[in-house]
Amino acid sequence: MDELLRMEGITKVYPNGIVANKNVDFSVRAGEIHGLVGENGAGKSTLMKILFGLNQAEEGRITLEGKEIRVDSPYAAIGHGIGMVHQHFMLVPSLTAAENLVMGLEPRKGIYLDIAAAIRTTEELGKKYNLIVDPKATVRDLPVGIKQRLEILKALFRGARILILDEPTAVLTPQETEELFSQLKLLREQGNTIVFISHKLNEIKELCDRVTIMRSGSVQGTFDVSSVDEKDISRLMVGRDVILEVEKDEAEPAETVLKVRGLVVFDRFKKRAVDGVSFSVRRGEILGIAGVEGNGQGELVEAITGLGAIAAGEVSVNGKDVDGMSIREIREAGVCHVPEDRMTYGCAPNLGVEANLMSCNHDSPEFTGPVFLKGKEIRANSQRLIAEYAVKCSSPLQEVGMLSGGNIQKVVVAREFSSGPSLIVADQPTRGIDVGATEFIRARLVELRDAGAAVLLVSADLNEVMELSDSLIVMYGGKIRAYAPDAKAVGEEELGLYMLGLKNQSSEEIARVVHD
Amino acid sequence: MTKQQRLFEVVRTGLAILIALVIALVIILVVSDDPGDALYKFLLGPLGSFRHFGNVIELMIPLVFTGIAISIMFSAAQFNLGAEGGFFIGAIATAFVAIKFNLPPVIHPIVAILFGSLVGSLFCGIPAVLKVKWGASELVSSLMFNYIAFFFGLFLINYYLRDASAGAMVSFLFKPTALLPKLVPKTRISVGIFAAVALVAVAALFMQKTRWGFRIRLTGANAKFSQYSGIDTNAVVVYSQVIGGFIAGLGGSIELLGMYTRFSWQNLPGYGWDGVIVAILARNNPLFVPIAAFFLAYLRIGADIMSRYSDVPNEFVALIQGTIIILIAASSFLAKYRHKLVFKEATRAVSAGGDR
Repeated sequence: MDELLRMEGITKVYPNGIVANKNVDFSVRAGEIHGLVGENGAGKSTLMKILFGLNQAEEGRITLEGKEIRVDSPYAAIGHGIGMVHQHFMLVPSLTAAENLVMGLEPRKGIYLDIAAAIRTTEELGKKYNLIVDPKATVRDLPVGIKQRLEILKALFRGARILILDEPTAVLTPQETEELFSQLKLLREQGNTIVFISHKLNEIKELCDRVTIMRSGSVQGTFDVSSVDEKDISRLMVGRDVILEVEKDEAEPAETVLKVRGLVVFDRFKKRAVDGVSFSVRRGEILGIAGVEGNGQGELVEAITGLGAIAAGEVSVNGKDVDGMSIREIREAGVCHVPEDRMTYGCAPNLGVEANLMSCNHDSPEFTGPVFLKGKEIRANSQRLIAEYAVKCSSPLQEVGMLSGGNIQKVVVAREFSSGPSLIVADQPTRGIDVGATEFIRARLVELRDAGAAVLLVSADLNEVMELSDSLIVMYGGKIRAYAPDAKAVGEEELGLYMLGLKNQSSEEIARVVHD
Repeated sequence: MTKQQRLFEVVRTGLAILIALVIALVIILVVSDDPGDALYKFLLGPLGSFRHFGNVIELMIPLVFTGIAISIMFSAAQFNLGAEGGFFIGAIATAFVAIKFNLPPVIHPIVAILFGSLVGSLFCGIPAVLKVKWGASELVSSLMFNYIAFFFGLFLINYYLRDASAGAMVSFLFKPTALLPKLVPKTRISVGIFAAVALVAVAALFMQKTRWGFRIRLTGANAKFSQYSGIDTNAVVVYSQVIGGFIAGLGGSIELLGMYTRFSWQNLPGYGWDGVIVAILARNNPLFVPIAAFFLAYLRIGADIMSRYSDVPNEFVALIQGTIIILIAASSFLAKYRHKLVFKEATRAVSAGGDR
């Protein structure tokens, strides 16, 4: 097969000084599915953003069919036949599928948009590539899998011959993943080239022809998938053998800490995002919440931690009703919160590590006198936390925004876990961070569980929920669809069916998660 | 902030000022028949006589007050521009006490200044409350409230405090007991300068070393994070602006009792607007405010001297200021250079074997 595209000597430094790519070489052959693997933060997305013109490299060049090209904007990339499907979809939720598809290249009738033509295009293109999308459906109402399909269609409609998919399976259930794979294989048969970013090795094995492995900004090598096994890849990815299993003893649940009964929470659109949910989390157990993102988990967490309003039902912590409490009072009741979006809620990027570590307890008698803050005690405390949580920073005053994702998250968990919580609400605690930090945070959660904390773990990473949780519930459409008293006893397939809402447990089975 | 980045900020501010001065130079060259003399007057005029340098300090004092007032409000990310009105209405309130009350010396100015400050804090607190209650943008409401302060103040002066026997539209003379004693002979520098110095120290301590200052900085840096951390951000929004208003009112009061014997302003004095420039130049850091205030005052007085003693009109100093503000406020000014710096630093760290 001929080489279609080559990137040579790519170096990219972000404004915060993080070197995302160091002298990276990457090449793709025509008509292959090329896997790009690496841990979070290895530089895969950055490399592809450079190829798609979203980022500019400081050094390096890109050649397409032997000719050097300049890709300084996505517009230029599209012009060269390069399309990208992002991790977070770039769709307008309030418009229909057809309108999203033709956006920017609208068929016109006079000065008006020719809706009928747009719909026709969507249908024809969908048939051609076997990517069927209802053209008249509003994007907001589409399931994630279909939104992704629409994104792929969008790229194809713009004439993409090289399709970059950035962790497309991260948001999909096992069933949707399978479907996506068969569609991608069909696209390959039709002569398209696909770059498939992932950190899931089994997917690479199943789908890809060749694979390029990245680690901390550099390429570790490119191989034919048939010639390497998963162990080799994983070693190259991480630099050592990884224990992805979490080591922990059997949970010994004690009395209930978090009690949720008939909870209803509305979302921004006044829809019932959480619709009559009841469960308990006990001392010494980790209860996982599995589910495709956007099925009410976020709103549930907000209601428990006081960031969102409770519409109906009861939430209590250690017997105290949380409704009407301020966030501060909820924190004082022993709740800590690792937020899903760490850059928006979890830290102030422009302030120093120390300021971020003391945001919750800066006014405890330990750290403040009647007027002045106790500088020495605060510094000692931040140095202790930085050491204990192995935060890599140049000083306690370094801006948090300058740290890598994993270290930022360590600052967040150091602050939250050190408050002596009786309930830990951990929302996607290891999303987008390197493997070292992930292992560290998971081990910490288990430690705190053993020390008697109740842990509510929300994660879109199936592997994480299943490994880390003692028991788990599945949410779909704002309701609990299943309860598994032993998280290890459920199969991934079965979990997928619950997550898609294709299967429900009986209400008696679900009611077992209420411990009284 | 690494050392290099701090250096970069200094270089950037310096370069912005330099570019602005070069533009000023070009204008002088074009406008003036004797550009050498005009330039000399502009740049060195304030140092030319004791009185002129005194003018710089006189002008600097109110700018320190408004600069700190605005720094505190901006630190909380509250873009309250009411320091102008707070300064003015605070001075009006002070004038009222200074004219109508009979109090012993020392007590009289203190009462007057305190009253002016309270009125100022009330004034800047209104936009804050409007924001918390109804989500009204403090930027817009404070801007509009400045005019309310101005016309309401003039109304009070004209109908209740006006001295009909004086030729102009001015108030009665203040009671001598209310005036702040002059500190430096031959200038109008009063003991108010001590208040300014003390304020700088107190404000710096407040912002850096107390929990209330910490909450202001945290809320300003990321309000959602602050709220998540259990901080009552609404309270922070209100008290940061009330404090800012207090300081603006304090500045107006001290300015009035230190420099004048009766209330004679017919326009908003503009110190609130200049305070915005000072706060931006000082990067909202109270410790840098005196430096920024001195710089701006020097620029103003220099331009004033030049316009009096040469053929260059005073107006162009506004042009220089505008250029400086644009260059400093534009965060991507020299961004490419900054990125190169980051790139160099990062690649050096990598080649030195450092891993992130």
